[in-house]
Amino acid sequence: MELYSALINFGIPLVLIILGYFMGTHFEKRHFQSIIIRERAFLNKPAVTFDESDDTVFPLDPSICDTRLVGGSVVISVDYFKRFLAGLRGIVGGRLTSYETLVDRARREAVLRMKEESGDADRIANLRIETSTLSSGRGIGAVEVHAYGTAIYTR
Amino acid sequence: MILSSLQSVPGKTIATHYGLVTGSTIRAKHVGRDLAAGFKNIFGGELKGYTELLQESREEATMRMVEQAKQLGANAVVNIRYATSSVAPGAAELFAYGTAVVVE
Repeated sequence: MELYSALINFGIPLVLIILGYFMGTHFEKRHFQSIIIRERAFLNKPAVTFDESDDTVFPLDPSICDTRLVGGSVVISVDYFKRFLAGLRGIVGGRLTSYETLVDRARREAVLRMKEESGDADRIANLRIETSTLSSGRGIGAVEVHAYGTAIYTR
Repeated sequence: MILSSLQSVPGKTIATHYGLVTGSTIRAKHVGRDLAAGFKNIFGGELKGYTELLQESREEATMRMVEQAKQLGANAVVNIRYATSSVAPGAAELFAYGTAVVVE
């Protein structure tokens, strides 16, 4: 009986950690590869954080023909291994690299989706990025990133 | 209706200000989506169900803001900002606000 309870108490979390590590790392690597390829395609469509309509900052571009509000968002969940690492980090303190990559890929994905929505826009002005955490009673850890801005279309 | 996160619409001038317009919605997720999210929590990765849910809710909040602007007789909403907050476990509030104006 003791063997069974030991298996349940330590075996299941251990299997989840191992599964989380391999699957999580695999998915993350694949996601980063796709982000890098898509970011390369948008190199000539910059997103800036200043307000284009404010002519005290820059003289207004006369070739602007249209503007449109665009946005992109994504919800990304942490894996079991990352959560375990975070628990350990909570004891000794310091940089939590596993969560840094999580929010980094969520932000880049959100910005990419926004750029994809903007079609043949020349650039995105006044980009804002907003991050929020989603959690339910059972402590599901996920991060939501919403990126929005105004797409500028020029003649 | 012109929507913009800039202070005004480039190439046009603001004729009238109508002040703040807001739109908000509070959404709860359903059990099926939560169950799928529970599995995803082991492997990590995108929670597509949640992404769609929040996207829909944000559109609804924007539509409510636009309705308010229409009632005032505006033809544009400028300086739009979004905010998200979780009001209860499993429920999120999506909030959109901006300034209703008439541009010419």
